[in-house]
Amino acid sequence: MNVGRPIEAETSVGARRAMMLIMHRELCLSFRRPEQLLQPLVFFLIVTTLFPLGLSVQLSLLRDMAPGVLWVAALLSSLLSLDSLFKNDADDGTLEQLALSGQSLATIVIAKTLAHWLVSGAALVLVSPVVAIGLNIPVSAFATMLLGLALGTLTLSWLGAIGAGLTVGLRRGNVLLSLIVLPLAMPLLIFGAGATDRAISGTSAAGALYFLASLCVFTSTLAPFAAAAALRIALD
Amino acid sequence: MLKGVSLEVRPRELLHVAGPNGAGKTTLLRVATGLLRPEQGGVAWLGKSIANTRPEYQWALAYASHEPALKGDLTALENLWFMVGLKRRATLAELRDCLGRTGVAGCADLPVRVLSAGQRRRVVMARVLAARAVLWLLDEPFTNLDAAGSALMSALLEDHVNGGGLALVVAHHDLKLNATQRRLELQG
Repeated sequence: MNVGRPIEAETSVGARRAMMLIMHRELCLSFRRPEQLLQPLVFFLIVTTLFPLGLSVQLSLLRDMAPGVLWVAALLSSLLSLDSLFKNDADDGTLEQLALSGQSLATIVIAKTLAHWLVSGAALVLVSPVVAIGLNIPVSAFATMLLGLALGTLTLSWLGAIGAGLTVGLRRGNVLLSLIVLPLAMPLLIFGAGATDRAISGTSAAGALYFLASLCVFTSTLAPFAAAAALRIALD
Repeated sequence: MLKGVSLEVRPRELLHVAGPNGAGKTTLLRVATGLLRPEQGGVAWLGKSIANTRPEYQWALAYASHEPALKGDLTALENLWFMVGLKRRATLAELRDCLGRTGVAGCADLPVRVLSAGQRRRVVMARVLAARAVLWLLDEPFTNLDAAGSALMSALLEDHVNGGGLALVVAHHDLKLNATQRRLELQG
């Protein structure tokens, strides 16, 4: 055994393969615990169903409130699963092993966050048309609503990764996580609900969607490094 | 917590770190991994500070902490596949072979949550073997192992060290190995 032996080129693992492996692992874990997968979705469906029941039976009022209700419910249900983004791995020692895997922490954060979005945000986007029908949102506004929600939930996952990284070592970190993430999510709510509102009224929602896209690019560029720095502090 | 500790591990050598509870054995091991940064001093690998050669150093080491770092919902083989796969391209046959060498080949396709603590420890050792690392950093590797498991662990350590590897092992009891070993006793 040669101590100074470099890792052979053909056996070393690049960042892309490492990301695919981590995402595959996260998806396997999610699908083997379907209750964790379904919890945010059921929460989303229940909250959005409660609003029409609690309001007077005026379709126009429901339609006016629908974008706000939809986005608030989406943000809150996405937040539900964010706490466990790094916490489970930190508790069972997996985070240490990942940190010592020779891969950068930013790579690990990107893979875990994208996997988290696929099982929370993307799933939420897929069920949102059902909710939208219940909230009397016209089918013509669906495309804008789906695009806005996809961008918004992905941005929220990136913001959540920073919050989850900062609170990973705390016992009741989920409360602090909400306090960190929700204020940062306000622009998402304003422009996301605004885009859906414009689509419902038949005006162009391009401006709001562009803003959501720019926020998504901004957070996906910086959040992996910020979350990685937070995790490094937590491991130290 | 730790002060004035200086140590060196050479190829074909095992350093046994012992000491009472709270003496800082695990802390020392975490410093050696690079997870914990010392307030003063540093860690060097092949003469270079690990701060400058972190990926190379991490590829060269395998760390088994107190926590098994295994996912209960994944099988033993999947646990190895996903974790070892981040370090090197190992085949499933290789990983099964490592599980066989630690005596848990029959558990390869079982979810880890149904395994006993001793079997989990063996899966962790299979992960260490599969990493093909030169430097082993092991925290209480004999915990939860029965007599046969302890003998197996000793044999694996002997093979690794006599084969040119290095090992830093935290253990409460004396290690009876046919390999070059030194002992570092930390004071509480």
